[in-house]
Amino acid sequence: MSSVPTLVQSVDWIALAPPTLTAVFALVVLVADLFLPAARKPLLGLLATAGLVLAALSLLPLLGGRSRTFCLPGHPAVCSYVADSFTLVIQFLVLAGALLTALLSLESVKDGELPAGEYWFLLLSSAAGAALLPASRDLATLVIALEVASLPAFALVGLRRGDRLSSEAALKFFLSSVAATAVMLLGVSFLYAATGSLHLSRVAHALTALPDPRLATLASAGVALTLVGFAFKTAAAPFHFWVPDTYVGAPLPIAGYLSVVGKAVGFSGLILVTVEGFPSYSGVWGPALAVLAALTMTVGNVAALRQDPRRAHSAVRLLAWSSVGQAGYLLVPIAAAGYVHDPAHAIGSTVAYALMYAAVNLGAFAVAAVVARTRPANRITDYRGLYHRRPLVALALGFFLLCLAGLPPGIIGLFAKVTVFSAAVDAGLAWLAVVMAVNVVIALYYYLQWTTVLFRGAEESAPEEGSAQAPHRAAVPAPLATAIALAAVLGIALSGAPQLVLRFASGALL
Amino acid sequence: MNHTAMQLLLAGIVVLPLVGALAALLPAPPGLRGKNPDQAVLRHGVTVTGAVLAAAIALAVGFDHARPARMQATTDLSWIPALDIRIHLGVDGISLPLVVLTALLTFLCALYSYFHLPAGPSPKAFVALLLTLEAGTLATFAVLDLMLFFLAFEMVLIPMYFLIARWGGARRQAAAWKFILYTLLGSVVMLLGLLLIGVKSGTFDMVALATDNGPKAQLSHTVQLLAVLAIGIGLAVKSPMWPLHSWLPDAHTAAPTVGSVLLAGVLLKMGTYGFVRIALPITPEGMHTFAPYLAALAAVGIIYGSLACLALVRKGAGGDLKRLIAYSSVGHMGFVLLGIATMTPTGVNGALFANIAHGLITGLLFFLVGALKDRTGSTDLDTLARSAGIRPAASGAAALLPAPSGAALYARAPRFGGLLAFGAVASLGIPGLAGFWGEMLAMFGAFRPAAGLSRPAFLTFMVMAGLGTLLTAAYLLLVVRRVCMGGTVDLAGAAVHGATHSAGTSGDDPAGGTGGASGTSGAAPNGTPAPSPALPDLPDLARYEYAAWSPLAALTVLAGLWPAALLGLTDPAVQQLLGGGK
Repeated sequence: MSSVPTLVQSVDWIALAPPTLTAVFALVVLVADLFLPAARKPLLGLLATAGLVLAALSLLPLLGGRSRTFCLPGHPAVCSYVADSFTLVIQFLVLAGALLTALLSLESVKDGELPAGEYWFLLLSSAAGAALLPASRDLATLVIALEVASLPAFALVGLRRGDRLSSEAALKFFLSSVAATAVMLLGVSFLYAATGSLHLSRVAHALTALPDPRLATLASAGVALTLVGFAFKTAAAPFHFWVPDTYVGAPLPIAGYLSVVGKAVGFSGLILVTVEGFPSYSGVWGPALAVLAALTMTVGNVAALRQDPRRAHSAVRLLAWSSVGQAGYLLVPIAAAGYVHDPAHAIGSTVAYALMYAAVNLGAFAVAAVVARTRPANRITDYRGLYHRRPLVALALGFFLLCLAGLPPGIIGLFAKVTVFSAAVDAGLAWLAVVMAVNVVIALYYYLQWTTVLFRGAEESAPEEGSAQAPHRAAVPAPLATAIALAAVLGIALSGAPQLVLRFASGALL
Repeated sequence: MNHTAMQLLLAGIVVLPLVGALAALLPAPPGLRGKNPDQAVLRHGVTVTGAVLAAAIALAVGFDHARPARMQATTDLSWIPALDIRIHLGVDGISLPLVVLTALLTFLCALYSYFHLPAGPSPKAFVALLLTLEAGTLATFAVLDLMLFFLAFEMVLIPMYFLIARWGGARRQAAAWKFILYTLLGSVVMLLGLLLIGVKSGTFDMVALATDNGPKAQLSHTVQLLAVLAIGIGLAVKSPMWPLHSWLPDAHTAAPTVGSVLLAGVLLKMGTYGFVRIALPITPEGMHTFAPYLAALAAVGIIYGSLACLALVRKGAGGDLKRLIAYSSVGHMGFVLLGIATMTPTGVNGALFANIAHGLITGLLFFLVGALKDRTGSTDLDTLARSAGIRPAASGAAALLPAPSGAALYARAPRFGGLLAFGAVASLGIPGLAGFWGEMLAMFGAFRPAAGLSRPAFLTFMVMAGLGTLLTAAYLLLVVRRVCMGGTVDLAGAAVHGATHSAGTSGDDPAGGTGGASGTSGAAPNGTPAPSPALPDLPDLARYEYAAWSPLAALTVLAGLWPAALLGLTDPAVQQLLGGGK
């Protein structure tokens, strides 16, 4: 009976607004889909986009504060939902990423390639889960948020009806993801058994003083298994096999979404469990993540290097493998956090890098979507002479690729890499810094190769192409153009004032 | 001039070309449209680079020549506090001459392009790239923050890549790709070294690092070794140091004239400047350890460069004149590196002097070779030396016969030939011209290297460098003889022909200059027709060519006759850098 008053706890709806608004709009879209005539379906897309904009705007009143809700009765500091600056930054990343994805999707949904109602509902649901995840501070909420973010994604990947690649990709994604979730749940249950709590702060405290030293084995097994689930989402090395096929099979906007928001979900979860949940086990996860990071970036970059530019879908394949490589860089500061007393700096490097990566990677996917409209095979050789056909689009893609590579004029890419480097060096992980340097060099090669293709003359089949292209010339759809412009403006603004994101690397985020 | 004006001048020098590059891409405003859009944008390029040159000269005039060791016209703004990266600009006696040289060479390139645009796509992009390149090089010499230095260092790569890949000659794609790949790989390694310094010392500020190695006190010996190794590799690729030079000949051969001039005149200097500005003062101990190796590679480079040139200049080797000058750059930059490796004021001053001299002379030479290619359609030494009137079908006969001297440059375009000979002679380091002092001082430095460096080793390097000067003289004189004087008279049987030919044509016959008569007279005795349209008109120096090249020639003479003007600027700054900034 003593629990009765605690059932009615005060809920801080303003703090909850970003994920809640997204979820509400998802339901609204789903219901509206039932009543809208087919001709008015495009309204759904606008509604979903508006919902994401609103959700992103709802972050504004939370700025600077640190609101918590769903706290344990009698323990106001032990809460399940915390909206601190880390949460807000990641929520912004997720919602902005979802917004760009929505802009990319508007056109493909309109073309009838995808079923409108389901598509927008699934996208918004997944975004709601992804927005909930960085705010979760207990293991159960984390797992639920992770699943809410992932389950719609399986469906999104397989949404292209009648496309064999699409359903195969969805199945592959689903099976490997479910296996990872199962492993993670096992880890969580071990941890619960060892510590008797699911709240991260309590788990952290309990792990420092386990009631029985024999529980230590159970606890470290739990720590390791929990990491697996998140490592899967980030597409870290041994868990990355689903990536290329899934990206190729998925609708292009969804591939972009997975590469940015999917990863954000993975690494923010990783940060939360490692830094908040298991700080006393940094000796376990620090080296493990360092090895994982080195492996991930090497596997991703070497595979990207070996992509044949003439193969069908090689552009998306290359972006897929490069995103695996980039995930490796994202992991470096998290690993470094295991070696330093003050992990906030290191975590900030990951966040700064992720913000940069989100903008430019979605930009690159947006350009790929533009090219895919006229060349469905989307080979890298199809980008040959893009500069002559669409100079601005080509310049934007060149800029995005150089940002990913970390070369001027992509200054933000360079400095984001520098912060990651310095996080590794500060933590004494010199070997990891060297591995990363080698990887940056490998990555330079394929990014540059793609960039130079853009500016090559389109010698092959130039004349017939000219006639075929002429009517399409001005036809970059407005939403796609907006997405590219948004990403480019973000990238350029950040290159001029890198401090905008790099301040996270020097400030206290957690 | 007061400090604010100087500050604005220096900031303007760096920013103006960038703004100009953006403006070049926009449509011309009414009133500045000119005859056609191409002409307008090329004129825009001349205007902007001219303004930058004027600013650079004003900066040099306003520079406090009494205290060249002090950083002047400094600006210090916070840019990225998170990484402690500051926009720190300033010039001292080391960087000022390089800034002026860059502004001058770019202006001359823009001027030359105004009258003679290289064949390729739109001049709009060309001007924008040229200006971006200028901004990057000027920034490299003006910034005092390691990260900004890296940014500026990288900024030149992309414009240069496009200049080669889109306006270049044969095999330009491969050459451009090789160029960007080599330099990028080098600079990533350099970035690691710079980061190591920054992380270990707690600052990226070059001035602070040069004086006391930053707030976290001295860099340890190991850190210095690693940092010098990493930074040195990046700079050595750019300089270029043997054996990391192999991108250079290809890039030069493929690049358009203007690209070659800037590549040799300015971009290579960024590498050696980095050694002087970063490696010497910030990591002296590491540099001390690696100095003998650097000197050895430099000496090998000198010998290698001149041997490669000798191989190219041989008759029948099919050597390319542009390639030859590129290899000669490897040799000349070897002297610069040798001077730096001595770690003595004499050597470093020599290196800085040789830097400027090489920029002036090799810039001039590349201009001339480019113009020669435009006139004759080839930079192949054999073609140039042979009479252009003899077609490949008759090449068997041509190989046996000495080239009729009527085909030679002296006869067909005497002023052009004279300027080419002047450039070659200056390049081989004849006293009285700019090439002499730098090489001599570098060798002097090697004669008595800094304390602790093995003197016998450096004496060996000095002897090798001396041998290199002899070889340099040999190939450059051969170039002059083959290109300007028209082949060698080395076959007994052919000597008769040669004699008749020269009797027929090399006299002061009035048609000699125009070449029309000499072409026919040179070809007729062989029984071959004279079908070549290239031979008849080989115009001598045009007025715009005078304008673009005479400043370089004049400065070469001036620097040769009055080296104190330059050494007076560099010496105090060098003394300070080597003395640990005290």
